Amino acid sequence: MSATLDPVQAPVPPVPPPARRPRRRLRTIWKPLVAYLILVPGAILFVAPLAWLISASFQPVGDLFSWPPQWIPGNPTLDGYRLFFGVGGDVAEARGAQGVGRWFINSAIVATSVTALQLFFNSLAAYVFAKRRFPGRDLIFLLFLGTMMVPPTVTLIPNYLVLKHIPLFGGNDIFGIGGHGWLDSYYGLILPGAVSAFGIFLLRQYMRSIPDELLDAARIDGASEFRIFWKVVLPLCKPALAAMAIFTFTYAWEDFFWPLVIVSDSDLYTAPLGLALFVTKNRTAWDMLMAGSVIATLPMIVVFMIFQRNFIRGISLSGLKG
Amino acid sequence: MTVVPAPTVPRPPRGLRHTLRQARREWTAYLFLAPGLILFSVFTVFALGFAFYLTFHEWSIIEPDKPFVGLDNYKGMVEDERFRRSVINTVYFTGASVPLGMLIGLGIALLLNQPLRGRAILRTLYFLPVVTPFVVVAIIWKWLYNGDFGLFNFYLLKTGLIHEPLAWLADKQLAMPSIVLMTVWTSVGFSMVVYLAGLQAIPEELYEASRVDGAGAWARLRHITLPMLAPTTFFLLVIGIIGSFQVFTQIFVMTSGGPVDRTTTMMFYVYEAAFKFYEMGYASTLAFTLFLMLLVFTALQLRLYRRNDA
Repeated sequence: MSATLDPVQAPVPPVPPPARRPRRRLRTIWKPLVAYLILVPGAILFVAPLAWLISASFQPVGDLFSWPPQWIPGNPTLDGYRLFFGVGGDVAEARGAQGVGRWFINSAIVATSVTALQLFFNSLAAYVFAKRRFPGRDLIFLLFLGTMMVPPTVTLIPNYLVLKHIPLFGGNDIFGIGGHGWLDSYYGLILPGAVSAFGIFLLRQYMRSIPDELLDAARIDGASEFRIFWKVVLPLCKPALAAMAIFTFTYAWEDFFWPLVIVSDSDLYTAPLGLALFVTKNRTAWDMLMAGSVIATLPMIVVFMIFQRNFIRGISLSGLKG
Repeated sequence: MTVVPAPTVPRPPRGLRHTLRQARREWTAYLFLAPGLILFSVFTVFALGFAFYLTFHEWSIIEPDKPFVGLDNYKGMVEDERFRRSVINTVYFTGASVPLGMLIGLGIALLLNQPLRGRAILRTLYFLPVVTPFVVVAIIWKWLYNGDFGLFNFYLLKTGLIHEPLAWLADKQLAMPSIVLMTVWTSVGFSMVVYLAGLQAIPEELYEASRVDGAGAWARLRHITLPMLAPTTFFLLVIGIIGSFQVFTQIFVMTSGGPVDRTTTMMFYVYEAAFKFYEMGYASTLAFTLFLMLLVFTALQLRLYRRNDA
C-alpha cells in the first residue's frame, strides 16, 4: 500500500464561511495529535515483548532471572547464540543443547520445499482449470472446491495413520506394516503440504484474466503445452505467485502442529518444534532458547520487510476485493 | 459455476467415444493435474473419509485389532466431562479473543487511516507480532507471565496495581484470560491491515456528501464507515472463529491444558486423545465433532470466496 492510496484530505468548500477557518485549522492539528497520543504508546506496548526477547537473547542465563528485569543487557554475551549453533560442543552437550542448529536447517529445507512444490503443483492445476477444456474438468474442480475449507483438524489423525503405513518406507513391508513409514521423515513433513486447494483456487481466479488469444498465438507458433504454461502463463502470474510464495513460506516455517505429530526423532525437529519441546520439557538453557527464538523469527521479519507490499496485497487477495 | 468460454465452433454431438477422444487429445491437461490431484486425493479426500470411518471404531495404535463399535465413541463423548469442559473453554476463548482482536484492530485502523507522518512505521510495528512465529510468541509470553520473574508481575507490583504477585498461567481464573490477552496481541495486526484495506475502499464522496449535510465525525463513523466495513467485519469474524476454534499452539506451549483443564481446548483434547492415549477412534470422533461445529462457518467462508468467483 503506497502513500498514493492515502485518502486525500477533504477539499476546502468552494466559498468557506470565514468563521470556520480557525476551527478547521485547530482540528487539523488536534486530530493527528490524538492519534499519536494513542498510537505511539500502543505501538511501544506491541513491540515491547519482541524488544525484550532480543535483549534477553544477549544476556547470560543468570541475568535472565534478575529482578528488576534488564532491558539493556548488563553483561552482554553471545553464549546463547554459540550454544544454538553448537559452538563449544562440550558445553552444549553438558546442557542438553547439542545439535539444535540442525532445527534451523530442517525448517529451511521443509519450508523451501513446500513453497517450491506448492507453487509448481498449484499453478499447474490452476492453469488447467482456468484455461483448458477436457472431460471431467468441472467435476474435479468441484471436488477441490468442496473440500477446500476442510480444516486440518479433521485430516490430522487419518494422515498420521496414512504416513505410518506407507509401504516399503521406514521399515514397512509391502503392505505398509512393521515400521514407521513416512513418520520421522522429510517426505512426511513436506508432501502433505505440497498442494493447496485454496492456492489452486486463488491462482485460477488470477489466470482467468489472461486473454485466450495469447495462449492460442503461442499454440499456433508450435509451443508445447508445458512451454506455454512455463513461458507465457507463469510470467504473467508473478504478482500472485509472489504473494502466494510469501504466505506459503511463512506458514510452513512456523507450522507447529504437523511436525509435532509426525516427528519424534530430534534430528528432524523443525525450529518451532524444537523450541516448543525445549520449553515444555523444562530444560534449563534459557539463553539458548532466547537466541533460538530470535533466529527463528528473523527470516519471517526479513521476508515481511522485503515483501511488505505483496504481503499486504496477499491478505486482501486472499480475503476480499476491496 | 465455471464459465466456459463460448466455443467458436458449434459443439459436436456428445458421446462416450467423443469424450474419450477428447480426453486423449487433452492428455496433457490430466498430466498437469496429476501431482496436485494425487496428493489432494490422499491427504484431503481420502483422509476425510477415513476420519469418518475411524469414528465408528476403537482404533488403538498399540492393539492389533480395531473393532467396530458403532456409535459408542459418540455416546462416550456426550458423557465425557472433559469433552464438555473443552467445548466450554474453546467457546470462551473464541468469544473473548476474536471480538477483542477485531475491535482493537479496527480502532488502530481508524486512527491510522489519516495522513499521519510515520504512518507506515506504525503500521509495521503493529504488524510485527503477526509475522513472529507463533511458538516464539508463546515462549515470550510464558516468560512475561512467569510468577517469579515475569515482566507483568514486576510492573504491576511496581505501579501498585497489585500487592501480591499473580500466578497468571497457573491460576484457575487467570489462565484463560492470559491466553486470550496473548492471542489478541498476535491478531490485532492482521485485523488492522484488513480493516485498512476496507477503509481505503470506501469512496471519499460519501464522506464529502455527509460533510455537506453537516454530519459530525461520530455520525460519519456510525452511518458510513461502520456499515461500509460490514463485509470486512464479517470476513474477519468468520476467519477468526474458524482459527480460534482450532487453537492449539499457545495451549501446548504455555499451559498444557492446565491448571485442572481450565485451558484444555477441543484441539488440545484431540491431540491428547490421539497422541498421549493413542485412542485414534475416539480422537477422530472429537475432531469430527469440531469439524461439524465449524461447518456452518466453513460454508460461510466458502461463500465469501465464491462471491469473488466472478
